[in-house]
Amino acid sequence: MSATPTGAQQPGAAYTFQEAAEDIRRHAFAVVVDNEPGVLARVIGLFSGRGYNIESLTVSTVTEDESVSRITIVTSGTEMVIEQIKAQLARLIPVHDVHDLTIEGDVIEKEVALIKVVAKEHQRRESLRIADIFKATVADTTLESFVFQIQGSPGKVDSFVELMRALGETEVARSGVVAMSRGAGVISAE
Amino acid sequence: MSTVTLSGAQMIIKSLVDQGVEVIFGYPGGAVLPIYDELFKQNQIRHVLVRHEQGAVHAAEGYARSTGKVGVVLVTSGPGATNAVTGLTDALMDSIPVVCLTGQVPTHLIGNDAFQECDTTGITRPCTKHNYLVKEVDKLAKTMHEAFYVARTGRPGPVVIDIPKDVQFAAGPYTGPENIVHKTYKPKTEGDAPAIERAVDLLMSAKKPIIYAGGGVINAGPEASDLLREFVTLTNYPTTLTLMGLGALPANAPQFLGMLGMHGTYEANWAMHDCDVMLALGARFDDRITGRVDAFSPNSKKIHVDIDPSSINKNIRADVPIIGDAKTVLEQILAAWKKRGAKPNGDALAAWWRQIDAWRDVKCLSFETNDKTIKPQQAIRRLFELTRDRDPYITTEVGQHQMWAAQHFDFFAPNRWMTSGGLGTMGYGLPAAIGVQMAHPDALVIDIAGEASILMNIQEISTAVQYRLPVKIFITNNRYMGMVRQWQELLHGSRYSESYSEALPDFVKLAEAYGALGLRAETPADLDETIVRMIDYDGPVIADIAVDPAENCFPMIPSGQAHNEMILAASDDAIDEKGKVLV
Ligand SMILES: Cc1ncc(C[n+]2csc(CCOP(=O)(O)OP(=O)(O)O)c2C)c(N)n1
Ligand SMILES: [Mg+2]
Repeated sequence: MSATPTGAQQPGAAYTFQEAAEDIRRHAFAVVVDNEPGVLARVIGLFSGRGYNIESLTVSTVTEDESVSRITIVTSGTEMVIEQIKAQLARLIPVHDVHDLTIEGDVIEKEVALIKVVAKEHQRRESLRIADIFKATVADTTLESFVFQIQGSPGKVDSFVELMRALGETEVARSGVVAMSRGAGVISAE
Repeated sequence: MSTVTLSGAQMIIKSLVDQGVEVIFGYPGGAVLPIYDELFKQNQIRHVLVRHEQGAVHAAEGYARSTGKVGVVLVTSGPGATNAVTGLTDALMDSIPVVCLTGQVPTHLIGNDAFQECDTTGITRPCTKHNYLVKEVDKLAKTMHEAFYVARTGRPGPVVIDIPKDVQFAAGPYTGPENIVHKTYKPKTEGDAPAIERAVDLLMSAKKPIIYAGGGVINAGPEASDLLREFVTLTNYPTTLTLMGLGALPANAPQFLGMLGMHGTYEANWAMHDCDVMLALGARFDDRITGRVDAFSPNSKKIHVDIDPSSINKNIRADVPIIGDAKTVLEQILAAWKKRGAKPNGDALAAWWRQIDAWRDVKCLSFETNDKTIKPQQAIRRLFELTRDRDPYITTEVGQHQMWAAQHFDFFAPNRWMTSGGLGTMGYGLPAAIGVQMAHPDALVIDIAGEASILMNIQEISTAVQYRLPVKIFITNNRYMGMVRQWQELLHGSRYSESYSEALPDFVKLAEAYGALGLRAETPADLDETIVRMIDYDGPVIADIAVDPAENCFPMIPSGQAHNEMILAASDDAIDEKGKVLV
């Protein structure tokens, strides 16, 4: 999506200096929000308005009464930008809690994808074989196509999609990343 | 708790009364008629009819900034709401508490492109602290009270409540403002104790300290300014204020170095650059303050006190971040300082003051006068001198006159200075002055204006006349968009593209046409008399002061440069290629 221009313009400032050699790192955030109208627009508007990246964004309610949602956002930036993103998210009124999962410890990131491959003969057989290796399942089949369902880390999904592209015409739908910290610590949805 | 049943429109009035609101600024239209009808039937809340909804928001801002209370706005749907957007953005940038009620088409028509429909919550989402669309009357009272709570607490800001017309007619239960606790929004006001101790450690050991205070101190209430003065007097530490912070320390305090930043004083900017410990209080290191960030105060340890966690480390890394309210944190710092029997480093501080006095000797704000043309600085200085015993309230428009007002008008108390800092909104000053005058009917309220800016909300003179608000509009008329012309001179080879104020009205006749008094001063000999007539007149006045059209505003940190590269007068190569792309 919207990438920061080289020379790193500082979000919110008119000046285009510095940050030459700073590391850009990828972070996964879990944002616990009130499930009210407009909350997702607030989050997305904040990212576009301040020029931050969104690599992936997923959202769903996570409580029984559907009053609270959890948004998983994968973004990237320098340490200062990441810190700013966290502070800006926390500033939104309906936001309960913001967790930078990447700095809070080991994080599990998973994604689901559906990949349709239109292929014949050797390519068709090959696609099945690869699906088997990746533990992808067949969600639909015709004589000239498969729809594979795969789940796993974004990297695994990337590799699978890349291989399938080599075998025929493809259509890809990906869920985006959901993430959670390893271990017994719980992020409450209150 | 006993509940009464009211219509949505009645609830709105009742909740305003219960919030202690006395004045609202607004403009009617189809989608707010039920509310106007209820206004008509009561006499607890006064409504000021502005002439443009932008004016309503600025008036509410002026009211808020001069009182510390929440300013309230009422406008209709569609164009009423879109006209308010500039004001809302202004209030957001300057952290001014405003609640803006907007009418909306009936719920069943929302999304239909109905007459005078616009996506008000969509449009105002990025320019408010928070906004609401109230679709059920049962939620209206709670939302009203919550909006006031959100607007006023933490880092203040504007809040919009969009209310469809059917909700205004519908009946529902009213609940009072008691026990409004927000589930998720709980701003922190007290600084962490260990951080306070570390701040005091640094402040005690400082050899070249500086205190840099901003609008957060004003927003924290007059006690915060008292505490700042106490701390500054106790330590004798040099202190500078941002454009938003003027008045937080009296201008005649010996420790006051003047304003800092792009048009700040030589001594303030050099002291910022050379200091070893900086205490930033309710100020946000924005680009008008820092200049080039990688050369900003390179050798200092920075203590940053701010109520908004996102202000910390946004532009400049803080060594000791303290999240809290300026007043509470100042109390904590003072208490810790006294408890530890801290003393400033006497010898080092004396040497630091000698250095600062040498910078002061440059007399960066001096200007030369003559007896032919009025210098704009002279006009403002005389305005200050001739009004200082009246404890005046000053608003401004945006441009050179604004910077000269900041430099040459002295403030001795908070809440006396209302200027559009963050957004730089031309057209702010007159409606803001109207808001100030509504809050302080007997005070002297002056809008220091430019001839270009004043035309952006000139219609509000009508409001001033209608409500007998004796606001004074003091135009330093240089016949140019002076600030634009200055940048064109510095950056674009003096090609004055579209910055000449062509076809200006006769401001004296214009004042008369509105039923106000018009005055004009052409030469230095007229100046004092014009000012005296202006302030003595019991009613709104436009004083058109013809000033030197060629004068530029200095000192200046050219954009993209560092504090120690500031210039005192024009020179061709002041701004390099890289600086030209900046604003
Ligand atoms: C609404 C708006 N439009 C444009 C600008 C850009 N701008 C900044 S200062 C200025 C000129 C102001 O002229 P004037 O009011 O005569 O003040 P002077 O600088 O001459 O004192 C302009 C156009 C602005 N700040 N606000
Ligand atoms: Mg002008």
